[in-house]
Amino acid sequence: MMGFRVLLLKEMREQLRTNRLIAVAAIFLLFGILGPLTDRYMKELVDAIGTESGGFSIQVPPPSLEGDLVQIIKNLSQFGIICALLLGMGSVAWEKERGTAGMILTKPASRAAFLAAKLVAISLTLGIATALGTGVAYIYTLILYPTVFPPAGYAAMAILLWWMLVAFTSITLLASTVTRSAIAAAGIGLVTLLVMGIVGALPTIGPYMPSSLSDPARAIAMGQDPGSLAGPLVFNIALVPALFCITWLVFRRQEL
Amino acid sequence: MNPATIALVVIPLVIIELGLMLYALYDLFQEDRRVVGDSKIMWALIIAFVNVIGPLVYFFVGRDDSRGTETVGVGAAPTESIARILATWPGLAADTDAAISTAGLTKRYGGIVALDHLDLSVPSGSVFGFLGPNGAGKTTTLRLLTGLAAATDGTGTVAGVRIGGTGGELARNIGYLDQDPRFYGWMRGRELLTMVAQLHGLRGAALRQRVGEVLEIVGLTEAASRRIGGYSGGMRQRLGIGQALINQPRVLFLDEPVSSLDPEGRRDILEIISRLRGAATVFMSTHILNDVERVCDRVAILNFGHLVVEGPIDELLDRYAQPVYELEPEPRQEGAIDRLAGAMRGQAWARDVKTTPDTVRVFVDDPRVAGPAILPLVVASGVGLVRYERARPSLEDVFLRLVAESGPPIAPPVTVPVWGLDARGRR
Repeated sequence: MMGFRVLLLKEMREQLRTNRLIAVAAIFLLFGILGPLTDRYMKELVDAIGTESGGFSIQVPPPSLEGDLVQIIKNLSQFGIICALLLGMGSVAWEKERGTAGMILTKPASRAAFLAAKLVAISLTLGIATALGTGVAYIYTLILYPTVFPPAGYAAMAILLWWMLVAFTSITLLASTVTRSAIAAAGIGLVTLLVMGIVGALPTIGPYMPSSLSDPARAIAMGQDPGSLAGPLVFNIALVPALFCITWLVFRRQEL
Repeated sequence: MNPATIALVVIPLVIIELGLMLYALYDLFQEDRRVVGDSKIMWALIIAFVNVIGPLVYFFVGRDDSRGTETVGVGAAPTESIARILATWPGLAADTDAAISTAGLTKRYGGIVALDHLDLSVPSGSVFGFLGPNGAGKTTTLRLLTGLAAATDGTGTVAGVRIGGTGGELARNIGYLDQDPRFYGWMRGRELLTMVAQLHGLRGAALRQRVGEVLEIVGLTEAASRRIGGYSGGMRQRLGIGQALINQPRVLFLDEPVSSLDPEGRRDILEIISRLRGAATVFMSTHILNDVERVCDRVAILNFGHLVVEGPIDELLDRYAQPVYELEPEPRQEGAIDRLAGAMRGQAWARDVKTTPDTVRVFVDDPRVAGPAILPLVVASGVGLVRYERARPSLEDVFLRLVAESGPPIAPPVTVPVWGLDARGRR
């Protein structure tokens, strides 16, 4: 891919200079801390306020390692997807709109390299943030709970979580390539997210959706049997390059 | 909860959340920061009150790095520096092949024909003016020749490389400046040129030397370490020329390179373009005819996607320019001037009469007949004159005539005087 190395350096520098890397890392750190804290102290807080008021009864389960993990995965995946959408939505659309894509692509740089540099840079940003978020969550779990997750399983969970975000980035990158507007790209990304959420609830194909990766991720981190993970895992690993190829085919034909 | 737990819970959260918010606010109120919607107060409220997501949205959506707050511009490079550096660059080989050649090049957008069977040959080493009114197909042609768009029909070569191919061979031989160049506002001028040079395969000392030379040519050495977001329009245009020159291109494509500049900025850019003669073939689309007459050797006129005419400027003037007489009446004679114009329009020798508040231009078929007949009409109309002369026909006259004859009426082209130049764009 002609020009990939130079363009990747430019993209990474952009992530730093525009403070996107710092912002995403801070968000992941924040929600990495909040996950274990929420599970550990929610019951104490609710008990202190009073579990019965105005006829309502609030039932909060006692803190547990599994509950802690659910909070960590829920927090990081929800805000991770928002970050993936925000990072991906304007990545190609803005460059087309502002004319910088035309400036770059009249140089010896291929369109595939242009797209790949963006996907890799955003994935690296999300990877760094995921490592920080899950890392700080692990440390807080270590402090707040008597036992902790097996490190290898927890690391595998973090990798699955990250790959799920990379899959969403690929979807948003495709949306950003199809349209000239970042807002439209975000809209397409959100609709796809909703559709995937609905499809994810279906019995047969549901486990193959990127958002469904959180279930086997939780099982792996807890040292439990993840069930029939191989199929969904292979599907989701293949999904990112497949989406990238579609994005490239769309972009290859576009006039700038 | 004991105090240690509270500290464990509260302190990191406060540090991260407050830190992110304060950092976003600090970034927002940087002097040269532009934001979407142009309201920093609105973004400050979003950052401060939309918990956690506010700073995130600001960093991702709110910052507008494509525009900067224009800071003080810097002067252009002295002419001697430009000449000295360009003298060290390799000149074009004295080949006879055309630098640009097209055969039946056509571009359709649905039912609209933007470019219709363009057959063009641009000699190597020339400064070529590509003229036409807005919407004539100039930018479409440039996009086809630079590989940004694909032709519907026809073929073309640039620097001997077939257009529409892959592999970067075309890109290695050309430089391209868009009509409204926008760069990455967060980058510094030197970084942009370095990145483009790296894409062209330059490394190490050769890269540093080339970037330094180009910065000097475009007069941005002093501003090389400043964010592009803070560049003025003229500086951005010069940076655009710089990035197009970084690979010492054999063919340089410039799309309306001076249309958005002030007179001083236009003069600087035109100076660079004229100095490139012999070092590169310059293909310049524009509708500012003064500039074309000043720097170009040859021109082509395009209208409604059709090539109207192509050739050296002097040849076109000889072939198409009609003899013209120019009269400058005394002020405040509007009624008499109208009578004079009407009387001249009725003469068989008058092809066209154009009046402005300051001048009356009379286009004639045969000056031997018209010359002696004009002044008696002036006397009969009672118009007092400040000046009366046989004027040299301009490219603007040729352009207006040929464009009018080749299609529906159009608005006249922009003719903006350049500081330091006469009305015809010459020093």
